Amino acid sequence: MNGAARDSGLAGEASGLSRLAWLAGAALFLSLPSLFKAVGLSSGAYWLDVLNNVGLYTVLALSLNVILGLAGMFHMGHAAFFAVGAYVTAILNLNAGWSIFAAMPVAGLAAGLFAAAVAWPIIHLRGDYLLIVTIGIVEIIRIALTNDIFGLTGGPNGLVGIARPSLFGLKISRPQHFFYLIWLMVGATMLLFHWLENSRFGRALKFIKADAVAAEGMGVNVTRYKLMAFVVGAAWAGMAGTIFAARLRTISPESFNFGESVTLFTIVILGGSGSQRGALLGSFLVMGLPELFRGFQDKRLLVFGAALVIMMIFRPEGLLPPKAAKYALPEPWAGRHGPGGPGGPEEGAWPGGPGTGPGQADGSGRDEADGSGRDEADGRPAATGAEGSRAAPGGPSPFADGPA
Amino acid sequence: MEFFIQQLTNGLAVGGIYALIALGYTMVYGVMKLINFAHGELFALGAYVGYSLLVTFDLAGALGPAAAIGLTIVMVLGLVGLAGHLLERAAYRPLRHSDRLAAVVSALGASIFLQNAIMLKWGARHRAYGADLLPNVTVHFAGQSYPLIRLLVFLAAVLVMTALYAFIHRTRLGLAIRAAAIDQGAAKLMGIDVRSVIAVVFVIGPALGGLAGLLVGLYYGQIDFSMGQLYGLKAFTAAIIGGIGNIPGAMVGGLLLGLVEALGAAYVSVAWKDALAFVVLIMILVVRPTGLLPERVAEKL
Repeated sequence: MNGAARDSGLAGEASGLSRLAWLAGAALFLSLPSLFKAVGLSSGAYWLDVLNNVGLYTVLALSLNVILGLAGMFHMGHAAFFAVGAYVTAILNLNAGWSIFAAMPVAGLAAGLFAAAVAWPIIHLRGDYLLIVTIGIVEIIRIALTNDIFGLTGGPNGLVGIARPSLFGLKISRPQHFFYLIWLMVGATMLLFHWLENSRFGRALKFIKADAVAAEGMGVNVTRYKLMAFVVGAAWAGMAGTIFAARLRTISPESFNFGESVTLFTIVILGGSGSQRGALLGSFLVMGLPELFRGFQDKRLLVFGAALVIMMIFRPEGLLPPKAAKYALPEPWAGRHGPGGPGGPEEGAWPGGPGTGPGQADGSGRDEADGSGRDEADGRPAATGAEGSRAAPGGPSPFADGPA
Repeated sequence: MEFFIQQLTNGLAVGGIYALIALGYTMVYGVMKLINFAHGELFALGAYVGYSLLVTFDLAGALGPAAAIGLTIVMVLGLVGLAGHLLERAAYRPLRHSDRLAAVVSALGASIFLQNAIMLKWGARHRAYGADLLPNVTVHFAGQSYPLIRLLVFLAAVLVMTALYAFIHRTRLGLAIRAAAIDQGAAKLMGIDVRSVIAVVFVIGPALGGLAGLLVGLYYGQIDFSMGQLYGLKAFTAAIIGGIGNIPGAMVGGLLLGLVEALGAAYVSVAWKDALAFVVLIMILVVRPTGLLPERVAEKL
């Protein structure tokens, strides 16, 4: 929790200073292309390409995060939705002459519809069963693309010669152009999903993740929300697929294999399931860091595999786990947590911390499904604790018997 | 008809191999509720250990084919079992009480590590077991002739599965494994050392997977360092089809998958062969969400 307490970025109420630091960091980051040029870094274009890759995977990881991190569904097949978006873009561009940006919403829509169609029959599957089915979907898609399904996908060689996108007459072709396009998309994605996370939709997903049965009991339509999570995540991955196709101008089935899905899954869990900053950091570590070790050549992946194991052992909840969800509390409780001293309130809004808070305050024992015990097992005491308390009527709300 | 019977027996042999790998997934899942993504790599390791013994050291030349295969089987079981044990110690034991997804990512990391370790040790190219490794014998039965190796692979798989089933259901250690699979906490209260149960499972499962790798090498004659991924996925699919955590389920799922693939490749389309397994998986799970022979789990409230 310390890491989360120190810097609060997009999520949570940042103190003025850290918000400033974020802005400065973002500004510095966005000036990287000119910086590379200014210092005459000969491999500047290469590093921009690496950063573009990181950005694209951040967008994809953020979209996967809606399904895996927020809703808690074990989904290891995100490359399938990414592929649908990329191929729809390429087909529209090559066969119908659509411009890339015109194809983008259609690609998103197609990926979303595809997700709705494939997720609908399997949405009720329990954790690991869903995992293997989503892996299966990726494999089926890859094999379908390889077999030139509908005669549109070009078989194993894929589709070649996708047009460059252009925006207001500016042709986006060089790495620095894509740098701005991709990282603007990262920013937009973070803002959108941050808003989504704190909307009714996002709260419902978190509730489902914490306890689907309780959520159902509280009137949350679990199936519908799970499906919506799939559709939203897939649609966004589809649009990332558009950018992917336009950047490489060539797509082939091998770009969307099981390994890609595993990479995205790893990014989300390594960064911290449900955390936007985690997805960003995870993308840098998984997609960017290995580039620094090009010198190791073939031992690179060996080291990467071992590093993954070690990182999970030392940070099983991910590097930057999501911070506590906070909700405004009704009157009698509102005064209890201050307006954001650094790191203070997020360990739990309840006096005495999450361990003693909800459980003991609710001495009546009316609340069977309360969050407290379960939360500790999750290792994320504050997050679901606050949520459970908000949602469960028998929890420590002002309407309960009240704290002893 | 002849073609059909050939495909059928081929499917049973391949299915036996899938079933052997699936047993490793299902045993580990049963006790730890963990998908051991590195299991496919342990299977590949078995194939490569067999390659080293049979081709590099030419055991068959030194001992004669029967003794060489016997010794190789013992060595593969032992070495891959040891590798599985080390894997559990290094990558899974520290995460036993953590979030399940952390263990999944640790397993994925271990899988990447092992796959690349195999590549660095044995090279990225295909390796051939060699056609003259075993005498090329065919068996005649009911007017058809079959390669002996096909029969041996199937028999070996069935024999091992029967032995495992007997071990799980007839011995005290097997009883402990079953108890730990049902409820670890209660098993501990009954005086069962759950930690050593897990250790045992992580020796038996990988050893069987390694044996399957050796059988693939003998059956197809060719192995490569990334073979673990596809076989692993298929075998995991088989375990899920049968109902993961359930040993007879893994056998049923493996054989079913082998048959579907062999017959599908023969009568439907070779190009779609690898997709077929997953289509079957989805169809079965839509109808039976926990597989054909599910473990009995109460939905936790």
